[in-house]
Amino acid sequence: MVAENTTQPISLTLRVWRQAGPNEPGAFVEYRSANLNPAMSFLEMLDVVNDELTIKGEEPIAFAHDCREGICGTCSCTINGKPHGPGTGIATCQLYVRSFRDGDVVTVEPFRARAFPVIKDLITDRSAFDKIQAAGGFITARTGSAPDANATPVPKPDADLAMDAASCISCGACVAACKNASAMLFVAAKVSHLGLLPQGQAERDRRVLAMVRTMDELGFGNCTNYYECSAACPKLISHDFIARMNRDYLKAMFRSSLSPESASGAGGGA
Amino acid sequence: MNFVGLLFRSSIGRKILMALTGLILIGFVVGHLVGNLQVFQDPDHLNGYAEFLHRLGPLLWVARIGLLVSVVVHIWAATVLTLENQAARGGEPYAIKHTIRATLSSRTMRITGYVVLAFLLYHLAHFTIGAAQPGTFKENLPAYTLQQEYRVAGFPVVDAGATVADVHSMVILGFQNPVVSAFYIIAVGLLSFHLLHGFDSLFQTLGLRSGRWSAGLRGFALLFCIVYFVGNLAIPGAVLLGKLEPRTTAVAAAAAR
Repeated sequence: MVAENTTQPISLTLRVWRQAGPNEPGAFVEYRSANLNPAMSFLEMLDVVNDELTIKGEEPIAFAHDCREGICGTCSCTINGKPHGPGTGIATCQLYVRSFRDGDVVTVEPFRARAFPVIKDLITDRSAFDKIQAAGGFITARTGSAPDANATPVPKPDADLAMDAASCISCGACVAACKNASAMLFVAAKVSHLGLLPQGQAERDRRVLAMVRTMDELGFGNCTNYYECSAACPKLISHDFIARMNRDYLKAMFRSSLSPESASGAGGGA
Repeated sequence: MNFVGLLFRSSIGRKILMALTGLILIGFVVGHLVGNLQVFQDPDHLNGYAEFLHRLGPLLWVARIGLLVSVVVHIWAATVLTLENQAARGGEPYAIKHTIRATLSSRTMRITGYVVLAFLLYHLAHFTIGAAQPGTFKENLPAYTLQQEYRVAGFPVVDAGATVADVHSMVILGFQNPVVSAFYIIAVGLLSFHLLHGFDSLFQTLGLRSGRWSAGLRGFALLFCIVYFVGNLAIPGAVLLGKLEPRTTAVAAAAAR
């Protein structure tokens, strides 16, 4: 039997943030959207609304989207105050119109953070995450032919935990949900994903110090342990990783200032 | 950047400072409560204890300066982090403010912190400096002569017959004012609420918490805060209910009988 809310068309009133450009003033505009198929995704509904706007000769709503299957992290709407809208462990593209009731007023805003400036309407510039990633979210690996698959043993529990962290799609919902606009869940996921694996050990200390420094410089807030981030995360990445990053950072602080270093700089008297 | 620079300049460093100073202050408030619960015993105990603390001399000042530094660093870190957090949202706030699961105690840390600071200043003015209620301040009450020696961990530290300040009477006379007692009870209630998030948080910040025992930690934090609040409630509560009487009136009552 199919539930009624999955078959009956519904009508919604959308309150959408419209902003022509980065430094333009923005405001909410109401759009009444009738006869919506409840099986449509939220983004498909925006497509329908945009078709209607285009026919009327109005500027369509700009929103970011790409894969539409919850793995690219491009879609980024704050829907009724929650990044990616109602629901748990989903991105905006995995949210369906049937999640709302006929006649609901749905407020759609861009992710709000100083480090994520609005480009247009619902699209924000999240390249700050790329800058954090570039600061240390990598390993040094030999190039050439593919290495033997099991040449480096990885304990299964470590691999599983690393994969949990690696499921981060860098969408920025953690920043958008955090009352302090902190990026610590994102940074913690990136730091832990590599730090848990043997291949990530060489840069482990440098990585956490550099990524946290870059995060601070970009104007993200600080974690006050609200745990809103992990609740809004479309991949449900645990805030346990933030504790892990804090521990890594504390150790790296000690080691980077106190452990002995080579006097010559070249090493081995070369 | 060196260790101290990272501790004071970075986001995580400041959070670590917040957690460590919080830990020191939690340790202090627990010790302070346990010491003060001696008010329920013979006046010899609280008065002997107060005299013992004063006789620590330079050590007392080391502790006081350590606590003052902790309070200052805790407030400094909170202020800097909060200003950064407010700036981090950017110019345009959310039109719909939604909370998914952040606890009430976590969202009220700043407000409860202000009340605790106000309480701390009043508490020092009340029982340490004597500015709040000078009439019942220890220096203005008749001195007390210890009937028995006061021991710490089995060692006698204050001899019997020593003439000491009558802290026991000061505390009880102070709390006989219902307004003062009500402020204490409300402030300590909010401090307990502050600690509910703080106790839990410091484990997260120091990287010791994980989901596998977070429910246990949360339960322990809640139990700790309830016990702490009840312990603090007991002193003004017992005075208001007439279960604790100052020695001066007890002596007067005994003489009248």
